[in-house]
Amino acid sequence: MYPANFRYTKEHEWVHVENGIGTIGITDHAQHELGDIVFVEVPKTGTHVEQGKSFAVVESVKAASEIYAPVSGEVVEANDALTATPELLNSDPHAAGWIAKIKLSVPEEIDRLLSPTDYQAYLGEG
Amino acid sequence: MALLKTPLNAVHRSMGAKMVDFGGWDMPVEYSGVIEEHRAVRQHVGLFDVSHMGEIEVNGPQALDLVQHVTLNDASKLKHGQAQYSALLYETGGFVDDILVHKVADEHYFLCVNASNQDKDYEHIAAHNRFAATVENAGPRYAQLAVQGPLATGVVKKLTDADLTAVKRYHFVDGHFSGARARMARTGYTGEDGWEIYVAPEHAVRLWNEIRAAGAEFGILACGLGARNTLRMESAMPLYGHEIDATITPWEAGLDWIVKLEKGEFLGREALLKQREKGITRKLIGFEVKGRGIARDGYEILTGGAGTGGGEKGWVTSGGPAPSLNKNLGMCYLPLQLAEPGNAIEILVRGRGVEAVTIPMPFYKRAR
Repeated sequence: MYPANFRYTKEHEWVHVENGIGTIGITDHAQHELGDIVFVEVPKTGTHVEQGKSFAVVESVKAASEIYAPVSGEVVEANDALTATPELLNSDPHAAGWIAKIKLSVPEEIDRLLSPTDYQAYLGEG
Repeated sequence: MALLKTPLNAVHRSMGAKMVDFGGWDMPVEYSGVIEEHRAVRQHVGLFDVSHMGEIEVNGPQALDLVQHVTLNDASKLKHGQAQYSALLYETGGFVDDILVHKVADEHYFLCVNASNQDKDYEHIAAHNRFAATVENAGPRYAQLAVQGPLATGVVKKLTDADLTAVKRYHFVDGHFSGARARMARTGYTGEDGWEIYVAPEHAVRLWNEIRAAGAEFGILACGLGARNTLRMESAMPLYGHEIDATITPWEAGLDWIVKLEKGEFLGREALLKQREKGITRKLIGFEVKGRGIARDGYEILTGGAGTGGGEKGWVTSGGPAPSLNKNLGMCYLPLQLAEPGNAIEILVRGRGVEAVTIPMPFYKRAR
């Protein structure tokens, strides 16, 4: 369920780092809690985001939720497919439903994130 | 304080419903998904636990006089077995609550009121009871199940021998529903045909399961408060705390059609007369978002453009996606001169103005 090579936050975002670029999304748990996702506001390319700060908004039928950046850096690509098909966040949150790719400015931030095992343990406690 | 629970609480949890605190009640917000549940009600049939709703019984020789005194619609027009949308007002003309008045007998009226208002409503009515009438806060004696959608009557019919075809919209019949004494009212909060069934709480779990079994062939889905809200919003039905509250009058809420000044004295009538003479300055109107964004409850509306409202602010009372219309829309209060269809407005969404246009209400009307 939760890919082994991803890292996770307690706010239910994931990041997958390859060659200094982190792909970011929300976890399966998050999409399930939100329910039917109908709108995603992705960050503009070139935006600088900071770890723990809001960088995107995901809206379900019921409410709007801020998404916090798991890592700091510059947005190099946003998933524009989410504009037309926000439901990708429900159907495929760990792959096609990615939100943005960020060029990491502080790579060691990754070490502060949760491993899949720790994240699942965290969900279990909740 | 611990959350209040309906008799179906354990059933909702066993069905995997997402639960929320709704005005102090632990209620299901969705089971399979808000959009799917919404569509089930529009296309076939849905089942809601609305046992959190309050019931107030008014009995006695002057039951009608008390009901007439505390409500703004004309309950004297009701026939036995008929229900009426009405409201309780303060003397200021603001809303205590919106309610349904059912005439059970000449000396017996049954009121259905909003869950989180029931104690306040009861105290309000009791405080103004200078009549030969008794008032009972009867919520704990009732569970309420709503079966809503174009196929609702087919489901309910399988579980009762009452003649449902004789019961028109906003009427009800007392009888047996799957062996339990029940009040079956052809009312609802979805904009569809449907039934609201009042039973003693001890029957709620059994009847819930029997309705789901009886409805299986019609594609019945259990529905939560999420779908209940999108369904009522598309039908532009007011929700207390959103479109109406103590600071809003029926003229402002566009509920003129339930104000029966000609019936004589009632609480709030003087204030309503005065406001009608003076004129209102704001009014409820629908809107559709044209830009990219979703306008949510409480969002501010910018109307300060040249030649428009001149800085007076409006606000969204209920807003969000309308699943049957594939639009983002809602209701809002605007300065009177803007509160008619076809005006361009800007709604503040996370600090950014999003274009919208005012539209007529309701947004959805079922085919008859």
